[in-house]
Amino acid sequence: MQTLDGKTTEYLKSTTPARICLGRTGSRYKTADYLRFQTDQYAAANAVTAEVDEKTLKDLGLFEVKTLCRDKTQMLTRPDLGRLLGKAAVKKIKSCCIPSPDAQIYVGDGLSAAAVAANAGDLLPAIRLSLEYEGISVGTPFFVRYCRVNTAKIIGDILKPRVTCVLIGERPGLLTVGSMSAYIAYNAGPSMSEGDYNVLSNISKNGIPPVEAAAVITDIIKAMLKQKTSGYGLIL
Amino acid sequence: MLLSHTVYGQTFRFSSVKEVLAKANEYKSGDVLARVAAADNRERMAAKLTLAELTVADIRENPVVPYETDEVTRIIQDGLDDAEYRRLRGLTIGELRDKILSDETSGIDLLKMSRGMTSEVIAAVAKLMGNLDLMIASKKIEVTARCNTVIGGNGVFASRLQPNHPTDDIKGILSSLLDGLSYAVGDAVLGVNPAIDSVESTTAVLNLLQDVKTRYAVPTQICVLSHISTQMKALKAGAPTDLFFQSIAGSEKALGSFAASCDMLGEADDLIRKSRTANRLDNTGNYMYFETGQGSELSSDFHHGADQQTMESRCYGLARRYKPFLVNTVVGFIGPEYLYDGRQVIRAAHEDVFCGKMHGLPMGIDCCYTNHMSADQNDIDNLIVLAAAAGASYVMGVPQSDDIMLMYQSTGYHDIAAVRELLGLKPIEPFSAWAENLGILENGRLGKNAGNAAIFKL
Repeated sequence: MQTLDGKTTEYLKSTTPARICLGRTGSRYKTADYLRFQTDQYAAANAVTAEVDEKTLKDLGLFEVKTLCRDKTQMLTRPDLGRLLGKAAVKKIKSCCIPSPDAQIYVGDGLSAAAVAANAGDLLPAIRLSLEYEGISVGTPFFVRYCRVNTAKIIGDILKPRVTCVLIGERPGLLTVGSMSAYIAYNAGPSMSEGDYNVLSNISKNGIPPVEAAAVITDIIKAMLKQKTSGYGLIL
Repeated sequence: MLLSHTVYGQTFRFSSVKEVLAKANEYKSGDVLARVAAADNRERMAAKLTLAELTVADIRENPVVPYETDEVTRIIQDGLDDAEYRRLRGLTIGELRDKILSDETSGIDLLKMSRGMTSEVIAAVAKLMGNLDLMIASKKIEVTARCNTVIGGNGVFASRLQPNHPTDDIKGILSSLLDGLSYAVGDAVLGVNPAIDSVESTTAVLNLLQDVKTRYAVPTQICVLSHISTQMKALKAGAPTDLFFQSIAGSEKALGSFAASCDMLGEADDLIRKSRTANRLDNTGNYMYFETGQGSELSSDFHHGADQQTMESRCYGLARRYKPFLVNTVVGFIGPEYLYDGRQVIRAAHEDVFCGKMHGLPMGIDCCYTNHMSADQNDIDNLIVLAAAAGASYVMGVPQSDDIMLMYQSTGYHDIAAVRELLGLKPIEPFSAWAENLGILENGRLGKNAGNAAIFKL
């Protein structure tokens, strides 16, 4: 077993949450590190099937619609169903939301319920406040259960906002099970492609903190409204 | 051309070569999702038996995406060596499999022959091979490619050092980088996936990588894996880089969903060669880096009704046009809707390494999984050994296999050291000599300074 220069190791470890300067036994990990990894990996795998509860949605002030997926397990193997909304969901969105806002923001569980609980409460009001301060109208927010990113194509089609933004839970990692991404597109609709999104990922207390992320998302939305485009063509 | 076969007392009929190719595939959740998979193993076997009797010409003349509408198909078809194709055209896919595995056929023979095979032909023969068949054939084929150093060759097992950070923090990236170098990881490339796809961030990380490469005299390559247009802008503004990276796909439209095109890849290759000339460096080597992975075409809905393994092989047909330095499948990254569990990931990995090497590519592999798949690190421990045994040229080195930015698990610094120890493999020369000189390696094994990042003075 090797000993490291303690001070250097401490310093390097302090600069990143990555699992570095672990030392070794032979070419393998030491017991504590090996078991910590396995503990964290199982926790992340377990987090995938968790659900966003009623209380979280009530606290966030969001009404709920569901995609065509039956449950989380089906959502894993049927991304096609996770992009589609039934007639009832479409009707509910139409009746509860103001049409054609400048920006429509909604929340999806994606692969992490924990991400919604951890980040949406800070993200939503911060984005709304700074957009409205600039005179940009913001649509009625809501929550989509068993949601995939490409629900944005349908939401864009239903509500006709100029910019559509979905805040969605990322698949859980070992560092955090509660990380969120924002997928944002100008004129979102059925014919758009993946390259038309601008994405901000790693929104979490371990990555880009929600308040900081809200500022970036606001800037992206403003740029889209000004340049009337999104994706790689957008100049930021 | 007979598109039917009787097996188990039942006759199965297929309507196209594309359908035979799809149904002959081993079971993958992505083919089920795309509704192109065989209904059951009986139909799967009928498709395999049908495929075994189709000829190389049958497959070549029926590309899975039409020539007229798809640039990737045109690149694959137009790039074919006619003389080699004429020698092969009458062989059945079953005969081709036997020829590939025969002692009479060397790796050099395979590289020559494969110039006459379309990506669909290479994909087809893989469908008639078991995992060990694929490994034996892959191992035969030695491919080398040259940038600052030469990757590939027998006895060499290289690694990409992947020191990602959730916010591209320069100090954080540096720490993971030094830790990785202290395990003799990073001989293929020091390559960072940026969290922020901007010229500014790409340039900052490239400057860091260049600084580390120069300061510690590391004989390797550097690359930041932002979008190719971002990297080109950074290079034009004076940022250093050794390789241009892009994710690619097996159809023109699927490539377009990455906001990339064949023209753009060609432009990038020209640009980096010109830039090397301007810096008085040799420009006759290999300077592109591509990543692929089964399922990306279906993900963007541009799979054209073909199965994911055939579409993946077409990525390699596209890649070979640009003579890349690095190509790797990120095999378990995409999720359970395409590859459900460890077993499907391992199967796909063997197919990808074989198809890549058959295309003459210096094929590496990101042995990986995500937390929403039915797989764990033990699957990846198995896969990295299998990949090395099959002659994959490099794998990823991530701190304890956990990527804190991309949120998936790959292979760790320790894992690369363990596989080199297990199979008696070494890093690329002169990187290996560099590591020996610093006491990181001693006679090819981890040495007294291995794992001690403090040997690199900050």
